[in-house]
Amino acid sequence: MAADAHAAHPPTATGLDTWKLGFWTFLGSETLFFGSFIATYMIYAGRNVEGPLPHEVLDIPLTTISTFVLLMSSLAMVLALNAVQRGSRKGSLIWLMVTALMGLLFLGFQAYEFTHFYHVGLTLSTNLFGSSFFILTGFHGAHVSIGVIWLLILWFQTHAGRIGPSDALKVEIAGLYWHFVDIVWIVIFTLIYLLQEPG
Amino acid sequence: MEETQMADAVDRNTEHPEEHDHPGTMTYLIVAAVLTILTALEVAIFYIPALSNVIVPLLLTLTTGKFVLVVMFYMHLKMDSQIFTGVFVAPMLLAMFLVVALIVLFNVLPAYS
Repeated sequence: MAADAHAAHPPTATGLDTWKLGFWTFLGSETLFFGSFIATYMIYAGRNVEGPLPHEVLDIPLTTISTFVLLMSSLAMVLALNAVQRGSRKGSLIWLMVTALMGLLFLGFQAYEFTHFYHVGLTLSTNLFGSSFFILTGFHGAHVSIGVIWLLILWFQTHAGRIGPSDALKVEIAGLYWHFVDIVWIVIFTLIYLLQEPG
Repeated sequence: MEETQMADAVDRNTEHPEEHDHPGTMTYLIVAAVLTILTALEVAIFYIPALSNVIVPLLLTLTTGKFVLVVMFYMHLKMDSQIFTGVFVAPMLLAMFLVVALIVLFNVLPAYS
């Protein structure tokens, strides 16, 4: 029903789908959201008066694996969209689930990292690094969580036969969100983990 | 039923002529391979002490490359309307300016005062 209504949507003045244009605008606003947290982290870098310090706690091999998982989840997401556009229900179900599971795996890595930091004495209120790190990566993790829930909803809708090629835009917009979460992590991985300040 | 859905999808594309076809599976796989290689290079650079003097420009270049690849191919900005690019890139440039301006204000200028 909703799909029919969407397909019957009249042409727009820009020739673009309004939902997609609105969502790209939202993603633009999200760059400012994360930009302010990244700026805060970088301003505080090197100003800690007590530890634990970044180079003492950040685990590069572990985070490299979680980064790879998130990168590959973006591949699974585009394959899901491709399957929906081709009308392959089986492919849609598989790739949507793979994307959601990879997102959950990434969240598992993050939960492990946060727990480990807590056990070595780094909390939200320990020092400037702890505050800015947990706020930035925590908000990113919250975005990943929302993405996973969104993907699972799409999976159930596909399973119920309510997502077909004419609804590909729904999956495409979810994909835009998922890839955005991925590119934010690409930046975080470099600025926080690989260009870490010693103090 | 499936053919009807396919026809609907085609109709929708003709309603929005500014939105073009997306790349195929092979392109997506190639992009994923390049992203993997770039990530491996980033981590390798982190562990090579000889590159510590140039680590910042090297990592920022590789990160920008990964960012652009995802946005252009996975988010389809390369194929889609430039209006999408505009509404995303304009605030992103503002965000980058914000980051640089705040770093200069709090970390660079105090050193000269």
